[in-house]
Amino acid sequence: MEIHYLTAHQLKDRLEKRQISCAEIVESIHLRIEEVDDRLNSYIRLEKESALSRAGKVDKLIGAGSDIEDFMGIPIAIKDNICTKNITTTCASRILENYIPIYNATVIDRLESQNYILTGKANMDEFAMGSSNENSYFGTVKNPWDTDRVPGGSSGGPAACVAAGEAVCSLGSDTGGSIRQPASLCGVVGFKPTYGMVSRYGLVAFASSLDQIGPLTRDVEDCAAMLNIICGHDRKDSTSINVEVPDYKSFLKADIKDMRIGVPKELMVEGIDREVKEAVCRIIKLVEDMGGIVEEISLPSLEYALSVYYIIAPSEASSNLSRFDGVRYGYRDVEARTLREMYRRTRAEGFGDEVKRRIMIGTYCLSAGYYDAYYEKAQRVRTLVINDFKKAFEKFDVLISPTSPTTAFKIGEKMEDPLTMYLSDICTIPVNLAGLPAISIPAGLSGSKLPIGLQIIGNVLREDNVLKVAYSLEKAIGFTGRPGL
Amino acid sequence: MKNEYEPVIGLETHVELYTNTKMFCGCRLSFGEEKNIYTCPVCLGHPGSLPVINKKAIEYAAKIALTLNCKIKKYTIFHRKNYFYPDMPKNYQISQYDLPLGVGGYLDVDMGSYMRRVRITRVHMEEDTGKLLHKGTTGRISESEASIVDFNRAGTPLIEIVTEPDIRSPEEAKEYMITLRNLILFLDVSDCSMEEGSLRCDANVSVRKTGEDKIGTKTEIKNLNSFKFLQKGLEYEVKRQVKVLEAGGEVIQQTRHYDSKTGTTKALRSKEEAHDYRYFPEPDLVPIYIEDKMIEDIRKTIPELPSVKAKRFEKQYSLPKYDSSFLANNKGLADYFEQCCRHYNNAKNIANWIMSDFSALLNKEKMTIKDSRVTPENLCKMLEIIDKGKINSKIAKSVFEEMFSTGGNPQKIIEDRGLEQISDEGLLEAIIEEVIKDNPGAVEQFKEGKDKAIGFLIGRVMAKTKGKANPGIVNDIITKKLS
Repeated sequence: MEIHYLTAHQLKDRLEKRQISCAEIVESIHLRIEEVDDRLNSYIRLEKESALSRAGKVDKLIGAGSDIEDFMGIPIAIKDNICTKNITTTCASRILENYIPIYNATVIDRLESQNYILTGKANMDEFAMGSSNENSYFGTVKNPWDTDRVPGGSSGGPAACVAAGEAVCSLGSDTGGSIRQPASLCGVVGFKPTYGMVSRYGLVAFASSLDQIGPLTRDVEDCAAMLNIICGHDRKDSTSINVEVPDYKSFLKADIKDMRIGVPKELMVEGIDREVKEAVCRIIKLVEDMGGIVEEISLPSLEYALSVYYIIAPSEASSNLSRFDGVRYGYRDVEARTLREMYRRTRAEGFGDEVKRRIMIGTYCLSAGYYDAYYEKAQRVRTLVINDFKKAFEKFDVLISPTSPTTAFKIGEKMEDPLTMYLSDICTIPVNLAGLPAISIPAGLSGSKLPIGLQIIGNVLREDNVLKVAYSLEKAIGFTGRPGL
Repeated sequence: MKNEYEPVIGLETHVELYTNTKMFCGCRLSFGEEKNIYTCPVCLGHPGSLPVINKKAIEYAAKIALTLNCKIKKYTIFHRKNYFYPDMPKNYQISQYDLPLGVGGYLDVDMGSYMRRVRITRVHMEEDTGKLLHKGTTGRISESEASIVDFNRAGTPLIEIVTEPDIRSPEEAKEYMITLRNLILFLDVSDCSMEEGSLRCDANVSVRKTGEDKIGTKTEIKNLNSFKFLQKGLEYEVKRQVKVLEAGGEVIQQTRHYDSKTGTTKALRSKEEAHDYRYFPEPDLVPIYIEDKMIEDIRKTIPELPSVKAKRFEKQYSLPKYDSSFLANNKGLADYFEQCCRHYNNAKNIANWIMSDFSALLNKEKMTIKDSRVTPENLCKMLEIIDKGKINSKIAKSVFEEMFSTGGNPQKIIEDRGLEQISDEGLLEAIIEEVIKDNPGAVEQFKEGKDKAIGFLIGRVMAKTKGKANPGIVNDIITKKLS
């Protein structure tokens, strides 16, 4: 197989056996980027030179007999809303087009200690707001399986580059499905950990109570290895959970005998493509064949999850994004003659339409006289969603559902209709509201050769169950498809 | 002001806490150094940065709340207060809203002839903003050529103390602030300097016909940045409101700015233009649970408060009430006084010196007693020397002045300058003989029964001895000689 399609653990194996050098790995990824990125637009910024010099450093370390860490010398793409010191972090927005962070996000520090190699900053929907990666100031990302189609979003770049061999794996962020949905549409693995398991320090906030960083990889094993690196308490993030981090790789056992698996019926109803539904049904059979116990379950509050999300997320965003004002960093309209005019013009010119739409929705929801009817009520319904999941996990080890109701849709297809676009995340949003861990793994291809994703949801801090089921099903499904770029 | 009107005043006071680090990051607090040096991604509001609560600030705030007799909430959270201004790095301030740290307290203010109990609605925590500097002649942002932002102060821990509308006159408002300031200084959690802005105050004021229960429409007065301006600003505003009502008008609810140059208040914005702060719970922070044990531990760190201390001074040192509260209201003076009491047993003497000569010099030099070079030991030594009759009180003043400026030992100063009082009767007798001989007129007057004349003669003796003669002995000798 081409080097650029190998997984991190395969590459580690070859590095250990001295069958390959880190420089060769990096060069093959660079070749692949040159070959396909004109068509995909996965990256906002490439770090070719620094990647090569890092590769040289890693090869020296290996030559000197250094232990090889899981991600040592592995080319990894970072979503452009995760701060990288001295390297632009734009959030795919004009307002941060030239913003250079003065510090590293905690996850970057952790990867640095592994001697990872940064391929570049991956494209995304502006400020992670979107489900198609069409809301990027730096242009739409194309789906490697069909470049007329979207890769999903908001982590469209991180998903596309892993699917197309432009990086071995990537880090994305997931607020309402932004890792899982593009993973599903691009045929890769995407994991959103329990809220608080990964430090948000250095992740440019969209909706603080929902955001979580997670990996996009080519298989579940790389996913578990990446969780080992990025999970764990961080004093710089007050919402980070202080618990012992297990060895996630120890859960990679192909055995789901007697595991109890629930299928929420609210996530299998209208709006789900026939082919997607059929894929999930095939997997249910597979699970039963492997000795798992599958049952349908109802979580009635999920009906309101989308509405709740589109109040809470924009509300928090409206406040989180108010710091982009042209005063201290980022874009500033220099023509403005008064303070108000500077604010107004900087933000009018700096933000794209979807971001403005959500800032306005959020500002409205938090306004005096509307707070109780919107934000306050949404928080109460959010509690109902949490309670429904709690009840479900008394009975089940994991829940499964489609990740996305459809396969990748055409570029431009939903741009004029935000509400239809918002429905793309109907299966993933409830998970963020409840802060649960969930994975999307490839479940097969549709008739038109587009990937279908399966979502596996675990209880809070039960990444173990999610990984166990994901690993078992990955082996059983045997998905080996590659986009025909 | 017409007598039938009564002011109704409530105060909102901001106090900067002097913790080692800022409210939500590890930056040092700044005291006017070079601009923007005590900053980091958190207090500059850089993308992706997150706040972490400073535990010490919570302790300090709780200390103040407990001292103001507040109940400490066992469950308290932070909110975001959203509004745009260039001195706000995030364009929201992390503050507290409906679940503040302390609620339902009071502060008793001694007005001399009566006590005013001012109820405290709430004590809450928040972060301070940066400072703006406007270039140009007017110092206003709208008319400046350019504005500079200094974020050294951004993120400094701040508490806000809100009272009920219990204050009934501008004088009471001023006394409340003075009492509050003394109290917080005692807790050693802030330097409470109105000049430096570490103690700031806004006032809500309305007027009503005396005897009415209903509270009238209020205005909020800003920029009352000294005790004097607080009183003057309120006096002006109360008069203004009464005038409006007397003319048959209505007070408009608005925010007004006090201008200390003109002594007037000017409208800033009306109720309709008021900010909608869009408060919501800060999602980057987790709730704070304060256990009983923590409250008790904090309570133990609260020192003896001025009112309690004053009562103790009265009893323990038999000081008059005035002296006791004068000393007790200033932590520095009180501590100094008690240190002196360990070396010297006439407490009233110590109090007199601290309250008069010592305080006068401190005020003149704008110093605190803590910074002064006069040690309690040296002050007490001087008092002993006076008691032994070695110097008189007039000489003592000059000795003390030297001690104040050099930090010297009184005994040594007296020896070096030859200031010791002359009590040697033989020596004095010779000088007195001379004075009697040189002043026959005065002697004559004395013999005619004019008692005043002896004062003149003593004065002459003092002049000849450069003030060192023991006035009592001189008096005795002259009387004996002339009778």
